[in-house]
Amino acid sequence: MRFREYAVAIFAVLALCMLPQTAAADQDEPKVTTTKPPLTEGIFPCSNCHASMPPNKEKRDLSFHTEIQLKHGDNWCLNCHDLTNRDMLHRASGELVPFEKLYKVCGQCHGNIYRDWKIGIHGKRVGYWNGEKTYYLCVNCHNPHSPKFKPLPALPVPAKPLEITKVKPSVPVMIEDKKLYIPETGK
Amino acid sequence: MKRRDFIKSTAIAAGGLLIPLDKSDASLWDTFFQKYFREMTPEEKKNLAKRLENEYKEKTGVNINIKTNEALPAVKFAYGLDLSRCIGCRRCVYACVTENNLSRNPQVQYITVLEFKNGEKWVSDLEESNKYFDHKEQPEPGHFYMPVQCQQCDNPPCVKVCPTQATWKEPDGIVVVDYNWCIGCRYCMAACPYGARKFNWAEPQVPSDQFNPNTHYLGNRPKFKGHVEKCTFCIQRTRENPGKYPACVEICPVGARKFGNILDPESEISQCIEKKRVFRLKEELNTNPSFYYFFSL
Ligand code: HEC
Ligand code: HEC
Ligand code: HEC
Ligand code: HEC
Repeated sequence: MRFREYAVAIFAVLALCMLPQTAAADQDEPKVTTTKPPLTEGIFPCSNCHASMPPNKEKRDLSFHTEIQLKHGDNWCLNCHDLTNRDMLHRASGELVPFEKLYKVCGQCHGNIYRDWKIGIHGKRVGYWNGEKTYYLCVNCHNPHSPKFKPLPALPVPAKPLEITKVKPSVPVMIEDKKLYIPETGK
Repeated sequence: MKRRDFIKSTAIAAGGLLIPLDKSDASLWDTFFQKYFREMTPEEKKNLAKRLENEYKEKTGVNINIKTNEALPAVKFAYGLDLSRCIGCRRCVYACVTENNLSRNPQVQYITVLEFKNGEKWVSDLEESNKYFDHKEQPEPGHFYMPVQCQQCDNPPCVKVCPTQATWKEPDGIVVVDYNWCIGCRYCMAACPYGARKFNWAEPQVPSDQFNPNTHYLGNRPKFKGHVEKCTFCIQRTRENPGKYPACVEICPVGARKFGNILDPESEISQCIEKKRVFRLKEELNTNPSFYYFFSL
């Protein structure tokens, strides 16, 4: 074996050894495309207001953001939102996390679910089964402030066997950005 | 002699009595003497699709596309359904109806969502369930839900009983029906333990402005009275590179539906099978479904 080939072979072996390690380092930060965090339009950057406000760690009744009713274990705002950089979330370690990667914040307390989400068992992926996928963020399904999954309106009951020819006209309904056709319900 | 050849020669012997020749419609002649789909060359399949596209255009004025592409190499589709997440909202049912051009009236639906009371005996006894549950919101407390559709069995009893070989299993695992070949005897419906096959009792009706023009010959193309149809894992969406997820997977608001290539260990479905305790419906019948149920909790 000539030196160059030898070097290449060694390099290849080294590269192979490195691979799992890189993967391990990345384990908390999956390389994925996600949906955008569904923040209310105009609210971001939060620092527009918060930069000029003195940080206040105190757990209290707020005079602002009153639409937010925390029903999430015994969490307080600052378990997730950062005290001094309001445009970011943070982990218990102090590591700042942008809203786009909020799963890293949720994942600290919901480790099993986070693991399932990363491999596609919890939550949802759209796009291509053999190509690019978009992962739904946790907050597409769970309001982070009251995360219990909310009931959804039911779609029409199927016709009983003797009534399958008496179905009401088919009309469109929009569900998220999808148009579905359902029998007219008259509701 | 093959069945069609026999009919053909008989028909010719009968001096065209069987065929209204005054219509002398080439399309009618072609319809009658259509070759067995699986024995057609790609060219013949294309011509067939063209003919059917034209027929639909003549009838409705609407252009549709009918694909005839074959299974992708090294792909075997499988499906997973997380019963701890399903809330019985039926969005999948209507996403399927919409995508697959299922008859609105008479009503045809590939997916049936079953409701069970918590603690009720089930799986072994699907009869205990309610398909006609009617609540304002889902889920109804104290209940759980199990959607059922074609299980794409690896050992499909429906295929075995078909007297005309109008239904078969494709290399990517999808059990398909050639509606032009099906004679509507419904043996397959009797043989299917999952109630997954549906019959067009009357001319199917889909408003042409609601018709999904992206179709596959073995999937959601226009259908007629008197034949059987069923879920094809949305063959017109999935049998592509890149291929979309089936419509029911894409719409599911709780992410209970998983789909992918079981030969790819990274696919969601392979991960479910590896990490969760999955089971299949009526496993004891040895139908060997490609459809896995599991509880993620
Ligand atoms: C469990 C972590 C968590 C806690 C606790 C929490 N938040 Fe949030 N908050 C988030 C996440 C994640 C988002 C981003 C949601 C999104 O993208 O829609 C968010 C979004 C917001 C927003 C923007 C909402 C909007 O309309 O777009 C405000 C304001 C906010 N939080 C305030 C608070 C306040 C005030 C508290 C305490 C009363 C609090 N948060 C507690 C995680 C948390
Ligand atoms: C229009 C101005 C404004 C914007 C924009 C705004 N906030 Fe606030 N926020 C306030 C005010 C005022 C308070 C203090 C209320 C009080 O002390 O009673 C507050 C309080 C909070 C608190 C409670 C903890 C603390 O520091 O007092 C959190 C958490 C919070 N905001 C998060 C956010 C997040 C996240 C965003 C951006 C997504 C955001 N806010 C955007 C005005 C704003
Ligand atoms: C600091 C820890 C912590 C963080 C961070 C956190 N959670 Fe939670 N979460 C909890 C606790 C505690 C509960 C309550 C568990 C219980 O009631 O058994 C909970 C409950 C939940 C539930 C179940 C709610 C129900 O009532 O069924 C959901 C869903 C949830 N969290 C989602 C999230 C999401 C999404 C995030 C990220 C935005 C998040 N959590 C971040 C601690 C956390
Ligand atoms: C596609 C929607 C969807 C997404 C995305 C999603 N979840 Fe869930 N999650 C659900 C549903 C549905 C449930 C079941 C809720 C119920 O039964 O009330 C659930 C349940 C939970 C629970 C309660 C425990 C349990 O197992 O029932 C937690 C905690 C949770 N999710 C956290 C997360 C976190 C963290 C993320 C992001 C990493 C996430 N979820 C992403 C839909 C989703």
